[in-house]
Amino acid sequence: MTTITDNEPAEAPVGHGHDLPSDAQYVKITLILAFITVLEVGTYFIEEATTTLLVGILVPMMIVKFLIVAGYFMHLKYDNPIFRRVFLFGLFLSVVVFGVMLTTFGFFSSDFLQILR
Amino acid sequence: MTDTALGTPGAADHGHATSTGISNTKLAMWVYLGSDCLLFGSLISTYLLLRHRSVGGPTPEELFDIPFTSVSTFVLLMSSLTMVLAVSSLMRGDVRLNRIWLGTTAMLGAVFIGGQVYEFTTFYREGLGYTTNIFGSAFYTLTAFHGVHVSVGIVMLMSMLVMSFRGNLGPERSETVETIGLYWHFVDIVWIIIFTVVYLIP
Amino acid sequence: MAIIERSSDILALPPGAGVARAPMGVFSRPRAKTGWRSWVSTVDHKKIGIMYGASSLFFFVIGGIEALAIRAQLAAPGQKLLSAALYNQVFTMHGVTMIFLVVMPMGAAFMNYLMPLQIGARDVAFPRLNALSFWTFIFGGIFLNTSWFLGGGADGGWFAYAPNTGVIFSPSHGMDFYAIGLQITGIASLVGGVNLVVTVLNMRAPGMTMMKLPVFTWMSLVTQVLLIFAVPVISVALFLLTFDRLFGANFFNVQQGADPLLWEHLFWIFGHPEVYILILPAFGIVSEIIPVFSRKPIFGYPFMVFSGIAIGFMGWGVWAHHMFASGLGPISVAAFSVSTMFIAVPTGVKILNWMATLWGGKISFTTPLLFSIGLVAMFTIGGLSGVTHAVAPADTQQTDTYYIVAHFHYVIFGGALFGFLGGFYFWWPKVFGYFLDDKLGKVHFWLTLVGFNLTFGPMHILGLQGMNRRIQTYRDGYGFNFWNFVSTIGAFIIALSVLIFFVNIARSKRGAHLQSAPGPDPWDGRSLEWSVPSPTPEHNFDDDPVVVHFDDWWHRKYQADETGRVVKVHEPEEIAMIGDGSRAHLPAPSYWPIVMATAFPLIGYGLIFNLAISFVGGLVLLGSMVGWALEPSDDEDQLPHGHDGNGHDDGDDDHAAPAAEREEVTVGD
Repeated sequence: MTTITDNEPAEAPVGHGHDLPSDAQYVKITLILAFITVLEVGTYFIEEATTTLLVGILVPMMIVKFLIVAGYFMHLKYDNPIFRRVFLFGLFLSVVVFGVMLTTFGFFSSDFLQILR
Repeated sequence: MTDTALGTPGAADHGHATSTGISNTKLAMWVYLGSDCLLFGSLISTYLLLRHRSVGGPTPEELFDIPFTSVSTFVLLMSSLTMVLAVSSLMRGDVRLNRIWLGTTAMLGAVFIGGQVYEFTTFYREGLGYTTNIFGSAFYTLTAFHGVHVSVGIVMLMSMLVMSFRGNLGPERSETVETIGLYWHFVDIVWIIIFTVVYLIP
Repeated sequence: MAIIERSSDILALPPGAGVARAPMGVFSRPRAKTGWRSWVSTVDHKKIGIMYGASSLFFFVIGGIEALAIRAQLAAPGQKLLSAALYNQVFTMHGVTMIFLVVMPMGAAFMNYLMPLQIGARDVAFPRLNALSFWTFIFGGIFLNTSWFLGGGADGGWFAYAPNTGVIFSPSHGMDFYAIGLQITGIASLVGGVNLVVTVLNMRAPGMTMMKLPVFTWMSLVTQVLLIFAVPVISVALFLLTFDRLFGANFFNVQQGADPLLWEHLFWIFGHPEVYILILPAFGIVSEIIPVFSRKPIFGYPFMVFSGIAIGFMGWGVWAHHMFASGLGPISVAAFSVSTMFIAVPTGVKILNWMATLWGGKISFTTPLLFSIGLVAMFTIGGLSGVTHAVAPADTQQTDTYYIVAHFHYVIFGGALFGFLGGFYFWWPKVFGYFLDDKLGKVHFWLTLVGFNLTFGPMHILGLQGMNRRIQTYRDGYGFNFWNFVSTIGAFIIALSVLIFFVNIARSKRGAHLQSAPGPDPWDGRSLEWSVPSPTPEHNFDDDPVVVHFDDWWHRKYQADETGRVVKVHEPEEIAMIGDGSRAHLPAPSYWPIVMATAFPLIGYGLIFNLAISFVGGLVLLGSMVGWALEPSDDEDQLPHGHDGNGHDDGDDDHAAPAAEREEVTVGD
């Protein structure tokens, strides 16, 4: 048996230092995500919502969903930190660079960044 | 030199042969996903910039069918759940259950793509062609790029299934499924952003 | 593209369990060690590196001929050597060729060849993807250049500002070739980037921690990280342009409400990291050459590393300085002005460190060192004129004049290319087993230096006098005549120096048997590539090297005695690995990378001319994916019995577990 494990092509989940969530926990996490999604869709039916209000509600919910999927489903919370760094670097660059680009276009100017134009 | 800890046959081999102890393929997938962030960053910001600049033609507000898209969003969310279940069942060694979850994930992905095709045809009938106005170009390009990513994911899941039925997908390969899962969840994450930024925020 | 490689190990069946010897019945496993078959099927990072180098020199000649055509046209006022339309194509293709098909692959040549050697690995993480990356690049380059025979080259400048590059203003197929060709080379860069990043992070020899990596390897890592994050942005920009041109989309159609600045932003968000992608490998090369010929360790190694990382970071925050004249608004201009001035700081740190390394060293002025010093001096000039662009009011004067042309030739030619030429002389004996002639090399260096300064120095003056870049000709009486003439003379001197370089290669190769063999370590080097025989054996290292120090190879040769004096304790020949390779286990060659790479230009031609060709290309792509996936990355007939303890060298994670054992695993489920 030892020879077999020595030569197994793929590792056992080493690197997952902590135990991964159980199936039941995954289902719970999905329920939370689904609940947030219901809230998101709910904003569509608010008649008198302004864009600023919608951004204020929806963007935080989007970020929470993003973090939950990346952290639990993609195991970033448990896995080797190098994965987190590589991915977050790309994400960070993307958000900052394109945020700046849209700012120079005056994309946010309708609200509070008027001064940058 | 071979007699150092890392050079010993066996111990050096699998699992810890690499400097970081993680496998090349999984690291490569994460690097690729980091790079893909910039791809979708460019596409989404292009869309945001252009969507309200159309000179004429249908506007997003006239076309979007939020209840329909919400269903698509739920489908993709559920496929993420079935994907993690596929990974965890294979880690436990339950090959049969793994097949069921892989198949369900691929099917849910296919339903999502079907929804997208339906959405595109509806929009086209309502007068939004690819060249009609600048919103049309930006919208179709962004969502089609996402759709292509989903389709590639479906192909990968199907090849996993084929492998499984040929008896080549045991628990020792759970990391392969996990790596494909990473791609799948990333595509889901991108949809989370697109759903909020493109559909819900006017 | 990582996806494809992964599917190889997913789908690879246990050897002997139903895998056809020739996957899909097309190819039998390539076995040739020599001849053209060994080159087209190779997955060896060294052969791939050599091919990158050779093809970049080939494109260098093409780009150089285009440069000479430009200079001949501008030698005197009112010349009619090139028509205005042809002139547009020539300068565009000159820029595109030199940047994407010369400097980038030349950097890739050094990185592919050296980086695995410097980290003590037997190959890169994904050898077949590496081959795919090379073939995709070369086919993309050929695809771009076939535009000359299919209706004319691209004519919108290398940064191809839309909507000027839309069908209305650029009706020939040139820009389609540009957009699709760069898309193809972008795929090559992305695949190569993921591969090399994983290699540096994951394939280091025991003891080779990140802060013991040679500076060249560090700079390669930063370059590849920049590439994998910058390429997607240009990919999107090129997709948008392609869709506009071929399918009538409206991204850059101003009548439909488009903003012409969108292209400029997307292009330069890629384009500024790109200039660091061009220069950082050369910085790495001189950081290897200068310590060896000063006989001192590099001064301030951590500063060298962190300034490289800082350049990589800050390179993302300065792109809009290419667009100061486009009406960004005062706050944006001020912000980008400041960030641009800041990025000069880490670059200055590097220049200081090189000089401090030279300071007090026992310097031997060989050709590689001359080129390295040339880089330090010329890049400093280019860097300083760059800082003048950071000052927005001054930049408004300089934009689109020859001053800009002077600046970027000083950083790319005087910087990147000088470094690479030095690198050629430095590593030539390691790669081919004979020296390039040092005397001819010195002639080459001095001619290059003189020709280079004669060509591009006067352009500063011309630019400040107001001569537009990209102008096809100029009138007598503007005061441009003299310096343009000088510049043209300089260009032909550069051409002569390049000729001498090729003569040097040919003569040195012919006289190789008369030279004394270089041995493993001809220059008394410091990093691991000098611990193996020259030319490097196919398997690199007999055993995984174990690293203790930074500059580990040097520390094995020299140690302090009781009095604290550093003395040589070993001759390199005594401790170098002899290279019998008996314990090595290498990934098997494959035809699939080159087959898959042919799909991309086919798809490209199809998009431009007839979608049926694209369909064929798509079939080739799909078929080669299946073939690739079904072909195990190990050759089952060439496997040693049992395991060799170097399992990670095949890199594909597709380990050579003997069939019986794997079968047992499956049965055990």
